[in-house]
Amino acid sequence: MATNQPLNAPNVPVLEARGIAKAFGPVEVLTDISLTIMPGEVHAIIGENGAGKSTLMKLLSGHLKPTRGSVAIDNEPVSFAGPVDAEHRGLVLVHQEILLAPDLTVAQNIFMGRELKRGLMVNDREMNRQSAEAVRSLGAEIDPTTQIARLSIARRQLVQIARALQVPHRVVIFDEPTASLTPIETDALLKVIRDLRDKGVAILYISHRLPEVAAIADRITVLRDGKLIATRNASELQPVDMARLMVGRDMSKLYPEREDTAAHETVLDVKNFDVPGYARDASFSLRKGEILGFAGLIGAGRTELLEGIVGLRTAHGQIVFNGKPTKFNTVRDSMAAGIVYLSEDRKGKGLLLAQDLRTNLTLATLDKFSKGPLIERKREDQSLDKAISDFDIRARRRDLLAGQLSGGNQQKLLLAKMMLLEPSIVIIDEPTRGIDIGTKEQIYKFIADLAKAGKSVIVISSEMQELIGICHRILVMRSSRIVGEVTGDAMTEEEIVVHATGVKINEAELYSAGNA
Amino acid sequence: MSDSTTNTDTRGFARKLADLDMTAVAPFLALAALFVLGALINPNFLSIDNLLNVLTRSSFIAIIAVGATFVISAGGLDLSVGSMAALVAGIMLLFLNSAAIDGDMAMLCVGVVVAIGVGALAGLLNGAVITIGRIEPFIVTLGTMAIFRSVTIWLADGGSIAMKSTSMRALFRPVYTGTFIGLPIPVWIIAVVGILAAFILYKTSFGRHVIAVGSNEDVAKYSGIHVNRVRAMTYVLQGICVAIAVIVYIPRLGAATTTTGMLWELQAITAVVIGGTALRGGVGRIWGTICGAFMLEIVGNIMVLSNIVSEYLIGAVQGTIIIIAMLVQRTLQKKK
Repeated sequence: MATNQPLNAPNVPVLEARGIAKAFGPVEVLTDISLTIMPGEVHAIIGENGAGKSTLMKLLSGHLKPTRGSVAIDNEPVSFAGPVDAEHRGLVLVHQEILLAPDLTVAQNIFMGRELKRGLMVNDREMNRQSAEAVRSLGAEIDPTTQIARLSIARRQLVQIARALQVPHRVVIFDEPTASLTPIETDALLKVIRDLRDKGVAILYISHRLPEVAAIADRITVLRDGKLIATRNASELQPVDMARLMVGRDMSKLYPEREDTAAHETVLDVKNFDVPGYARDASFSLRKGEILGFAGLIGAGRTELLEGIVGLRTAHGQIVFNGKPTKFNTVRDSMAAGIVYLSEDRKGKGLLLAQDLRTNLTLATLDKFSKGPLIERKREDQSLDKAISDFDIRARRRDLLAGQLSGGNQQKLLLAKMMLLEPSIVIIDEPTRGIDIGTKEQIYKFIADLAKAGKSVIVISSEMQELIGICHRILVMRSSRIVGEVTGDAMTEEEIVVHATGVKINEAELYSAGNA
Repeated sequence: MSDSTTNTDTRGFARKLADLDMTAVAPFLALAALFVLGALINPNFLSIDNLLNVLTRSSFIAIIAVGATFVISAGGLDLSVGSMAALVAGIMLLFLNSAAIDGDMAMLCVGVVVAIGVGALAGLLNGAVITIGRIEPFIVTLGTMAIFRSVTIWLADGGSIAMKSTSMRALFRPVYTGTFIGLPIPVWIIAVVGILAAFILYKTSFGRHVIAVGSNEDVAKYSGIHVNRVRAMTYVLQGICVAIAVIVYIPRLGAATTTTGMLWELQAITAVVIGGTALRGGVGRIWGTICGAFMLEIVGNIMVLSNIVSEYLIGAVQGTIIIIAMLVQRTLQKKK
């Protein structure tokens, strides 16, 4: 791996933003941002969704050109012709999304577009060797001839980083690198980043996960509404302070007051339930008015278990719903019975991004809006009005496409769509993934209100804090099995991690290991 | 005061103009451009007679393409429509020749039912294999294209199947040549098929499901839509449209030959695409499709009238049109 050591003195910023601003049309999304990135430091950029983090990254990595201000490298103003130009100057962006070809191997992906050749032929042996080495230097062992599709998300992420680092680099920008990683995988990634930093590479680290920012960053810049709020040394900022700066208000009211809404009556009883390949011998019950959490690592089988229960996957086992043994062959059956499932994959399985709000809202309940075969558009429109006000969906115009909404508003639209089915059990998979704190608060309140109204809610989440904040009880899955249950005072991240990993780890040490 | 109102009005109008979905309007603009071109080349082009004549000749492709609009907006593809037309024509003619029922009129009526039944079944075959067998529509319909074609050749013993009864021919002919309130009957049939199809696609829940499945199959599934049933149904509708096209086609020639329906799939898909329907699914434009079929025939007509390009090259011109249409669609989408 080629790392160019900085030639200049360490107190000259390797990358600098000098009063840069970016406007799309008349709307300025980023205003007068000035910041410096020093060699050998991790500079974290934090902010809510929509604060302008991604735009700033794109300006610094040559994907966008600033409307005002300039970017400087080694004190020299530069104007990037594009991302490739920026790469030539040693600026590498590790994208948030996995941009790898799933059918190709690890090595083929790492060298894609810059294959090593021997004569006319690609030199697979050498590429495999170098790939294995590159991955090893990131602290992992992955056979370079493995297809990407066979790797876990975390390992794909590592391959993506290895690919980015193949380019000679002085500044590496990580855009929300841990969004889909579990704590342990996050810890491993943070180690990789620390190693890079210790080699003198400048790191720009974008995230909204504050504990890990606290653990990794040397300096922290907070963005809010496109403006730079503060740049501080990490030692001066506690996560609580960061959150306050990000949101501009007190964070203590993020989770609604917990009320004991769970009744004695059991509404759903699942026994010895199998989803082949994903979940084995799962048994649990859900009470009326209860909020039940499912915790576990990604790939533990939580999503698949619940998808199996509602009839989205082939599964077998016993389901007793409202006292009656039931089997849901298709998702229509469970919907008709009053159980709805909101997918974690909002964009891929929840909403039709290329269709308008009305089409999306009524898609699962068209029968209710039809007289005979004919759809009554007027009633659809009334229902959309109601959804927009009930769920506080913020759309500039009613004829927007679902894909043009922010993540938070998409989630509200999906909730509105599924609530039209008038369910008694609502299963929400990763309810707040990729949405801003303001909307998170609304969604937590909505979930609490559902429980208060006597509905039962199952929440699957990888954010342990949110499960602890809103659930009455949390089940933990590990390797396809339900391995633990935590309630009451035992609902701590530490306790959940013990069940989820099967290893006793001190949570306080998890992120800070090696950060001395 | 009045000044400012006018100002907002014009701005409102400009806004509306900017909001217009260009992919929906483009086919009609292209049609207008063809009208201008045709009129410049030959003054006779714009005569009502010529235009109605062209519209009549575009009717088979227009009707088949309306069916294809359902298939394509649900994210599918049907390459078998040309051979399916030949098969439906062959079976219908064999039935008409069998004289199984007394009376020409009764024979014809049952013949129409037979044709539609055969078309629907052939479509169901495509749809069932695609959904139950989980095979790419491209492959399945490539296969059935060969099957339908060769069964027709076998039924015709390698030659052609002609309508034997001259009295029945005379009775059937007006379906293609006749007029009703001044308009040729095929034009009426296009209109009725178009109105019915637009109603189904835009106003019913089935139509909404078609668009949902074409837009994103997973979202449709997670919304409790019977994805397979919807997809299969689009192929059945396609089969029925093929049968209706055949019913208009038979009185024109009175026979089915080994080359009946040759390359119709190309023309139908071209009509759908230049009509503004997205080949990846999720968008369906019935009237755009009919406009597209009309344009294809107009291009042929202009070529015949002008003698600038040999009419033998009509396939090449149509092939070029589909490629240009895709390029235009792409640029229009990028602008959005």
